[in-house]
Amino acid sequence: MNLDFSPEDLAFRDEVRAFVSANYPAELRAKVDEGDEMAKEDFLTWHRILAKKGWVAPSWPKEWGGCEWTSTQKYLFSEEMARADAIAVLPFGVAMVAPVIYTFGTKEQKERYLPKIYNGEEWWCQGYSEPGAGSDLASLKTKAERFTGDDGKDYYLVNGQKTWTTLAQHADWGFFLVRTDPTAKIQEGISFLLIDMKTPGITVRPIITIDGGHEVNEVWLEYVKVPVENRVFEENKGWTCAKFLLAHERSGIAGVARSKRGVERIREMASAEYSDDGANLLKDADFKRKVAELEIDLTALEYTELRVLASESAGKGPGPESSLLKIKGTEIQQRITELALEAAGHYGAPYFRGFPADGDNMHPIGPDSAHRTSPNYFNTRKTSIYGGSNEIQRNIIAKMVLGL
Amino acid sequence: MDFNFSEEQSMLRDTVASFLQDRYNFDSRQKLINSESGWSAANWGAFANELGILGAPFAEDHGGLGGGAIENMIVMEEFGKALVVEPYLGTVVIGGGFLKHSGYAGAADVIGQIIEGKAVIAFAYAEPQARYTWSDIKTTAKKDGAGYVLNGHKAVVVGAPWATHLIVTARTGGAQRDAGGVSVFLVDKASKGIVTRDYPTVDGQRASEVYFENVSVPADALIGGEGAGLPLVEKVLDEAISATCAEAVGAMRRMHETTLDYARQRKQFGTAIANFQVLQHRMVDMFMNVEQSVSMTYMATLKLDESDVERAKAVSAAKVQIGKACKFVGQNAIQIHGGMGMTNELAVGHYFKRATMIEGLFGSVDHHLRRYETLSFGKAA
Repeated sequence: MNLDFSPEDLAFRDEVRAFVSANYPAELRAKVDEGDEMAKEDFLTWHRILAKKGWVAPSWPKEWGGCEWTSTQKYLFSEEMARADAIAVLPFGVAMVAPVIYTFGTKEQKERYLPKIYNGEEWWCQGYSEPGAGSDLASLKTKAERFTGDDGKDYYLVNGQKTWTTLAQHADWGFFLVRTDPTAKIQEGISFLLIDMKTPGITVRPIITIDGGHEVNEVWLEYVKVPVENRVFEENKGWTCAKFLLAHERSGIAGVARSKRGVERIREMASAEYSDDGANLLKDADFKRKVAELEIDLTALEYTELRVLASESAGKGPGPESSLLKIKGTEIQQRITELALEAAGHYGAPYFRGFPADGDNMHPIGPDSAHRTSPNYFNTRKTSIYGGSNEIQRNIIAKMVLGL
Repeated sequence: MDFNFSEEQSMLRDTVASFLQDRYNFDSRQKLINSESGWSAANWGAFANELGILGAPFAEDHGGLGGGAIENMIVMEEFGKALVVEPYLGTVVIGGGFLKHSGYAGAADVIGQIIEGKAVIAFAYAEPQARYTWSDIKTTAKKDGAGYVLNGHKAVVVGAPWATHLIVTARTGGAQRDAGGVSVFLVDKASKGIVTRDYPTVDGQRASEVYFENVSVPADALIGGEGAGLPLVEKVLDEAISATCAEAVGAMRRMHETTLDYARQRKQFGTAIANFQVLQHRMVDMFMNVEQSVSMTYMATLKLDESDVERAKAVSAAKVQIGKACKFVGQNAIQIHGGMGMTNELAVGHYFKRATMIEGLFGSVDHHLRRYETLSFGKAA
């Protein structure tokens, strides 16, 4: 046991740092730094730079572009990305559907989809949740019935509604869980389909969330024709893919490196704000105590993640322990946004969406650091709800780890 | 970075675990702590001679196993699982720490005696008026010829009734709370003028109030530089805290396991109470507390040799986590055991008592939060 980085690790870190510093666009950095909303092109710009370098999907198998990094290298990479305020690679293609495709897909599917995911040519969204199937995902009702088309080929006819579909407004493709056998036990009649979002019958409608943002959508599927060869793995075995996907790529789920950067921002913000007694907020005993406890909890999470990474790289796959990383990681992300809002004081209140109007040259209202504190706080409430709510994660630990 | 134990370290853990399983179960411990002496010299001898673990963190040149803080962590975690009372912490971790880090001339000799099980050390640092400020010392050591004369009162010196030697902090200069002027002495407990009042502690150990009444010690009793002992005390206590964190991890693991077992067996409303989601989630929260504590114990242990500031920050952060977790895991272990948790017959209450004492040992959660804040944010305005 030791915490030392080998000379190779340090050289790797320097290489990543130098690459990011030379290639990460300054305007993206400024947007992330100010907590602005990201446009589709912002995500894709950095995705493509990383793809060109060969670093967009380090965890993939080598033949499809993976890097075969050690757990230490993965750790260093995510530290460097957070340090540079690098925009995150969206998970839906690279970290979610791709592992399902390279693990369960046919040769044709791998060749058709993986390179385009890698290069950022196709944007993916996830069609899992339904109005009646949230935490109880397996109760989903969107149905897919097989039929033979006029062209003599086999298709599924898909009807139903998906919801909370993140960034579907930009998506070229979606991966969907659909019911192919309504008579089977609920987890046994589900299939995993890849659906072209331009197929007739698909309607994407925005859902505006409490922060005022448009991130999630409803996706309506009405008589959508999907070729049978777009099914991944066997018919009615989609739950296997779904479970695999949920357990996969938990490394990074804790978001430690980004949260460390978040705590740094809180310190920067608080040291520029006044406390009640006219000193600075970072010297206020009560505020300081909250920051200290946050830092300590984040350190505990960091070392727990390192232990999980180490056991993964020792050949033990990601286990249900990773639910702990999800729970603690999201709690910490939420506490960071709480403290930022608290630090902002009065200037947490102004609402800036659509205001001031474009072209308004008036000087800004309040400090820049305060601008996004309340939207971020409201938006981040989602983290303990999505990806299996934190209560569901506790159920998973109770059942799979504690054997209750 | 490497989070794996070496083969030797895994063997050390297995050896200690299987010894304790055979010879240190709950009933035998109960007999032991209720006996007149409150400990087992035979166990101590077995640690020295059968297991060789009293040499775990010492260099091979000194007759040890060549390990360090990680070996202490392993032994202490296993001791925590069995609620071992014998004074490994005072003797090997603290006594050994002072001897290793001070450049003390007689170190090799005393370390040899520790490894053989002949020297048992207790650390007399706390005083009635001092809370967790290690420099708050009224005990004095006045130069007298070549040696020193000690006078003062040391509070709750754990393991003192069993000790052959005391390590004592005393003022050779400075005012009561000054950082400077603190000196550390290794004193034969049989020295003339040492008066003790011995008593049991709530967690099954033994301790003493120790009074020094004109105790003459030779010049070579001084460990480290005269008046410059505080940094050494801080370092050794940080090592003791991280070892205590490991002990707490062992005790918490047991409390969690026994709570799961009990919840599976105990039936109410026609079903095992483990089926109630409210209790399941509580037990998951206990699990997360234990795992976070394991992580922090590793972190602190692996950072003991970093700079003074980094070491102290790491150790205080770990002690904050462990202190909170001891309270949460301990209280909920009792709660889920229901009335049975309140009885002295079940082991769980004894783990709870030890965990509760660890919460305050070497500094409370508040103390370590303040220490962390001072190191991390600078002094208060």
